Amino acid sequence: MSKMNLTRRGVLKTGAIAGAGVAAPTIFTAQSAAAFTNEPTGSSVTLGFNVPQTGPYADEGADELRAYELAVEHLNGGGDGGLMNTFSSKALQGNGILGKKVEYVTGDTQTKSDAARASARSMIEKDGAVMITGGSSSGVAVAVQALCQEAGVIFMAGLTHSNDTTGKDKKANGFRHFFNSYMSGAALAPILANNYGTDRKAYHLTADYNWGYTTEEAVRTSTEAMGWETVAAVKTPLTQTDFSSYIAPVLQSGADVLVLNHYGGNMVNSLTNAVQFGLRDKLVNDKNFEIVVPLYSRLMAKGAGANVKGIFGSTNWHWSLQDEGSKAFVKSFGTKYGFPPSQAAHTCYVQALLYADAVERAGSFNPCAVGEALKDFEFDGMGNGPTLYRGEDHQCFKDVLVVKGKENPTSEFDLLEIVEVTPVSQVTYDASIFGGELGSCNPGA
Amino acid sequence: MEAIILQILNGLDKGSAYALIALGLTLIFGTLGVVNFAHGALFMIGAFCAVTLSRIISTSHTIIDETQTDFLGNPLKVEVPYVMDWFGEATGAAIIDWAVPLSILFAIPVMIAIGVIMERGLIKHFYKRPHADQILVTFGLAIVLQEIIKYYYGANPIPTPAPSAFVGSFDFGTMLGFEANQIIYPYWRIIYFAFAAIIIGAVFAFLQFTTFGMVVRAGMADRETVQLLGINIDRRFTLMFGIAAAVAGLAGVMYTPINSPNYHMGMDFLVLSFVVVVVGGMGSLPGAVAAGFLLGILESFASMREVLNVLPGLNQIIIYLVAIIILLTRPRGLMGRKGVMEE
Repeated sequence: MSKMNLTRRGVLKTGAIAGAGVAAPTIFTAQSAAAFTNEPTGSSVTLGFNVPQTGPYADEGADELRAYELAVEHLNGGGDGGLMNTFSSKALQGNGILGKKVEYVTGDTQTKSDAARASARSMIEKDGAVMITGGSSSGVAVAVQALCQEAGVIFMAGLTHSNDTTGKDKKANGFRHFFNSYMSGAALAPILANNYGTDRKAYHLTADYNWGYTTEEAVRTSTEAMGWETVAAVKTPLTQTDFSSYIAPVLQSGADVLVLNHYGGNMVNSLTNAVQFGLRDKLVNDKNFEIVVPLYSRLMAKGAGANVKGIFGSTNWHWSLQDEGSKAFVKSFGTKYGFPPSQAAHTCYVQALLYADAVERAGSFNPCAVGEALKDFEFDGMGNGPTLYRGEDHQCFKDVLVVKGKENPTSEFDLLEIVEVTPVSQVTYDASIFGGELGSCNPGA
Repeated sequence: MEAIILQILNGLDKGSAYALIALGLTLIFGTLGVVNFAHGALFMIGAFCAVTLSRIISTSHTIIDETQTDFLGNPLKVEVPYVMDWFGEATGAAIIDWAVPLSILFAIPVMIAIGVIMERGLIKHFYKRPHADQILVTFGLAIVLQEIIKYYYGANPIPTPAPSAFVGSFDFGTMLGFEANQIIYPYWRIIYFAFAAIIIGAVFAFLQFTTFGMVVRAGMADRETVQLLGINIDRRFTLMFGIAAAVAGLAGVMYTPINSPNYHMGMDFLVLSFVVVVVGGMGSLPGAVAAGFLLGILESFASMREVLNVLPGLNQIIIYLVAIIILLTRPRGLMGRKGVMEE
């Protein structure tokens, strides 16, 4: 007859260990026969589209989702093939990815970091997504990218413009096709100097969060290098809706340019308020008062209506581009949905295809193999001209568009006109200037 | 000095919106005793009345312009509003241009109807329930209403400009003897302030100088006695709910040219408006109006660069800070009466 020695300390220790084991997410603990997280074993592969379906960027999220659905259709051999016809790499054959039919699940980021991480985690753990992509916010992108790094899946960022995404917060499993704040500043400054002169006094209103800071810094650095003086830079709360009390002091500051480092609803409201206050009709320092919006989005420009006319900004892509890739994408998207795609839709579609192409070239879904295939990958035909996925920081380098609000739009989509296509050489920077470490690739399992 | 005058002007239009919403909240609280967290949603629905009427007026038929192409290279489909066919191009364009002021006429019956339906359909079932239940159900209703608006109108702001006659700004500086361009203020914001003053005056006059208003005031003071006199006070209170909804709705209609409306705009004003009601004194109509303007002006001053340089972030907390101070020194608020919410 054996005797069991049950002690309080022993029970507590055993319980704690068992509890921790049960509580820990299986994806971070499971040891299976799979070589990497969510290795597809059947005839299909699942991608996770994590986009804002509710919240302030829901319209951008809806456009991203349309683009992903179009990409899945094209990858599976449906539709007209879209950008697969113009893409310089010919690895994709329209038979899914590595012969597996592409399926997808969607998550709602709500443009909140915690909600975005929860939906990404759910898609990885419950739905078996082998790659996560999408989003319309840098805060979300950085949070989800870190989660994907831990989980051992690839993250193909959607619309995220902060330098940090591929700067101080970069990760080996994360890749960004969209441009960033530094590139906006570098592309915009010469155009601003040409149009408004080098003797200007700028007043910055900056959204009080990560993206706002990096954008302000980028535009300040670039314009000050051209001879502009920054008279003030004021942080505005992200929740602000009426900017009148921030606009009014601009009048007495001696500034003759207002730079609105705002995006989304912030941009729509601050620009509308600035125009209402008649800033653009004023003469200050014997010069016309000017307004600059560093990051433009067509969907946001629509919200600001006629107030965007004549205002300079930058954008990652625009449907009016006449290269073969852009024309193919606009035709494909426009035929399916009845309106031209936004830049968010474009970058998400391209990211989906770039991932699929990298898997085909690598011959594996293993995130480390995919990452190697994406590193220093040079491609063309995707609507931005020759593009490099730089290996040092996983940032795409391509031409940047400087745009201006169109004076006489012919339709509700015709809001921006391209002023200049800034060559990639002018917006390229040393990867080390923003710090951060990629770390090593994590395949998960 | 110029900066101070400018911030007072800024505070007046912001205070106008606070005051109008708080006035409606106080009317509902004073008559029905309901804490209505869906009141911000009524402000938002009012704004979308302007969007809706603007779209109705702009309803168009399509003609093909063979001389131009669309984004796919097909002949351009040009939308021609029916009002231009019916009334001629110039008159039709003028009607579209004046969509926001015209929306006032559209919003009044719509908002009264929404208010009455809301009160009869949902709120009346919560009269005898604790305030916490009322807050939960009305907050839930607010979320439902804003999600419905988002479903039909999208999440992005929708530009709803003022008539072109009111675009631009007025130079107060020149009028007051200051340098030109130093104190300028948009025409539409001046109109918003004047409009708010008229609405507030009309509500007070309605309550003070009409028999209906007298009965309502009597009901607010002593509901049971009024009922014992054979007056159906419930019906009048239901109509007051409708009027309060209309006041919030009109505030929303006229606000659309100031900030492009979106589904979330009601929530942005709701919490601040509740603070306004509490600071003004629960159930006090003059208190709500006074506190609305007071807090609007204080918020504007706190947003001055000179202030923020010394106390960063003050503009985010000033209203709550003042609320704490006032409630510590005057627990019933600025004009609160004894006995309200004190049972």
